[in-house]
Amino acid sequence: MRKMLLAVLSRVLQSPAAAAAGGKTGAISEASRVMVASRNYADFANEATFEIKKCDLHRLEEGPSTTTVMTREEGLQYYKTMQTIRRMELKSDQLYKQKIIRGFCHLYDGQEACCVGLEAAIKPTDHVITAYRAHGFTYTRGVPVREILAELTGRKGGCAKGKGGSMHMYTKNFYGGNGIVGAQVPLGAGVALACKYFGKNEICLTLYGDGAANQGQIFETYNMAALWKLPCIFICENNRYGMGTSVERAAASTEYYRRGDFIPGLRVDGMDVLCVREAGKFAAEYCRSGKGPIVMELQTYRYHGHSMSDPGISYRTREEIQEVRSKSDPITLLKDRMVNNNLASIEELKDIDVAVRKEIEEAAQFATTDPEPPLEELCNHIYFNEPPFEVRGANQWTRYKSAS
Amino acid sequence: MRSWRGTSASSCWARRWLSTMAPIRCVGAITGPGKGLRRALSALSFQISRGLWKKYGDKRVIDTPISEMGFAGIAVGAAMAGLRPVCEFMTFNFSMQAIDQVINSAAKTCYMSAGLIGVPIVFRGPNGAAAGVAAQHSQCFAAWYGHCPGLKVVSPWSSEDAKGLLKAAIRDDNPVVMLENELLYGVPFELSEQAQSKDFVIPIGKAKIEREGTHITLVSHSRLVGHCLEAASVLAKEGVECEVINMRTIRPMDIEAVEASIVKTNHLITVEGGWPQFGVGAEICARIMEGPAFNYLDAPAVRVTGTDVPMPYAKILEDSSTPQVKDIIFAVKKVLNI
Repeated sequence: MRKMLLAVLSRVLQSPAAAAAGGKTGAISEASRVMVASRNYADFANEATFEIKKCDLHRLEEGPSTTTVMTREEGLQYYKTMQTIRRMELKSDQLYKQKIIRGFCHLYDGQEACCVGLEAAIKPTDHVITAYRAHGFTYTRGVPVREILAELTGRKGGCAKGKGGSMHMYTKNFYGGNGIVGAQVPLGAGVALACKYFGKNEICLTLYGDGAANQGQIFETYNMAALWKLPCIFICENNRYGMGTSVERAAASTEYYRRGDFIPGLRVDGMDVLCVREAGKFAAEYCRSGKGPIVMELQTYRYHGHSMSDPGISYRTREEIQEVRSKSDPITLLKDRMVNNNLASIEELKDIDVAVRKEIEEAAQFATTDPEPPLEELCNHIYFNEPPFEVRGANQWTRYKSAS
Repeated sequence: MRSWRGTSASSCWARRWLSTMAPIRCVGAITGPGKGLRRALSALSFQISRGLWKKYGDKRVIDTPISEMGFAGIAVGAAMAGLRPVCEFMTFNFSMQAIDQVINSAAKTCYMSAGLIGVPIVFRGPNGAAAGVAAQHSQCFAAWYGHCPGLKVVSPWSSEDAKGLLKAAIRDDNPVVMLENELLYGVPFELSEQAQSKDFVIPIGKAKIEREGTHITLVSHSRLVGHCLEAASVLAKEGVECEVINMRTIRPMDIEAVEASIVKTNHLITVEGGWPQFGVGAEICARIMEGPAFNYLDAPAVRVTGTDVPMPYAKILEDSSTPQVKDIIFAVKKVLNI
């Protein structure tokens, strides 16, 4: 991040001639080029204060603050992270259509503000678990893009050595990536129980979608989490559609932040990374104070269909998708905020775009050239910490070795 | 003589309300189980946890609401995050509601994460037929859980089995399903000096020869081991010496023990309480066919199983729904052609 900033700085500090010779062509006029070249680091504000939407509250006297401060550094980091996730998901789309990625692929583009905002609200020592639309969180929790893409393409350099695929990516304090709708919610409460037990003031973010919100096991979990005051933030990423079913057709109550009943809740604008961040901080503090669980509903949107098998336009209109893209895109929202408040320049952000594209290209290159896992890997890791044993193959003569 | 601590099945004050979960603190991933584990964890259902809560309190012994899917998932999540939970199902019939968490969350996670996340959890509770509890409360799940890679499945018969296997299950870093038997809770067993010692552990995956014999091998697990031994003592009077093998573990199965026995006796009968189709006995027979012991069989292997019917209530019908000692004796005589 620092390196990139310095590179950007050195460019704007170049003389106009050098900048022009650097090959910036196109729509940028002479005048603005001069303006860019004469701006330097001191010209940007260090931070700015923003108004954010008020959250709807359930059983809460007060909610998160409606103003927040974002520093230039934070903004650039959020921007880069969201852009990376966006481009990574679009690259996955491309690779899937080329049949280099197989099976399930649930893309997160449109929802970037959720994972980036939440990660900004918690610490690396906190815990996160989500469902299958997990690539964004996998990245924010620390897995490099190349390992994510290589896992999608089923290569040995993937974060699960190619054995998990899209829905089963894990890293420290990130428990996936879960394929069974709703099953991750009790798991998350269990992680929260461990947090409470160990007493290190850690919490667990337990995410699920508007579709999963109707699962019985979630209500079982609400009950136990509230009974035992588990430090668990239940987060419903409401992207308005559970697969192809709109929320109105699936839920008797679409006020997902209220569905925890006896658990307080808040409804958050999930397209605004700052709103998500503030709500996340509020919820995290609530949990850490020992008051028990809290529910957050993030109102967000996915541009792609449910998965790559779903074009996503049979149950919603292209106009709707276009409208969200033009009015509520999380990356555009952040970009406008930063530029309008003198936290960054358009060129600077464009440079970040270029750097991100390059990173994604390189990661995709790795993901398409890395070898597939060797056959010897087939039966490894059936058990944890176990002496090697034999595994039966397709017939009694085919045997594999299993190492832990 | 020390008996398997417990209570008769009829004492039901702890009916479903006592689905307890005892998270055991994991002290240090390197050194393995911490001190707490070595203390008495001969946990049993139906008042099995009586005494445990008094000793360890709310933090470690948790009474849950009747939410099997929820609390099983919570237990698995806690295991993923570093605790070592023992999750009790009042009976394994209720585990069907939670079976997704046992299989998809617990059993498969180590593999899907390529060894990054282990799930050191024990699921335990009574399995199989009890007495007069009818169809929905009498199913044997040995075959269901035994089917799945990533799980270990143990099935104790004696007190020694229960103690040693539970300790081994808790110490194991993998998800272990321990299929106990309600009717055995009240049965006293002798416990050797060695078995009474604090650190007595039985290795998972090793069967035990309960009775040596030369004419025929009887392989069984859980309560029916007792039936086999009874049948063996009746048959001994007629000059037939049965070798009785107590499987102790369903997965990974100790088929070598069965093979070694067949080399000696040349005849095999499997005995189980569960239904015949796709059952434990079917697996044993298939493996024997595939292995070197096949050549030592003087007669086809035979299965004695529960009757292929949902468990009826009336005693006379129930008695014909699980293998009786007479059924085992009958099968032995058929196999040996006597």
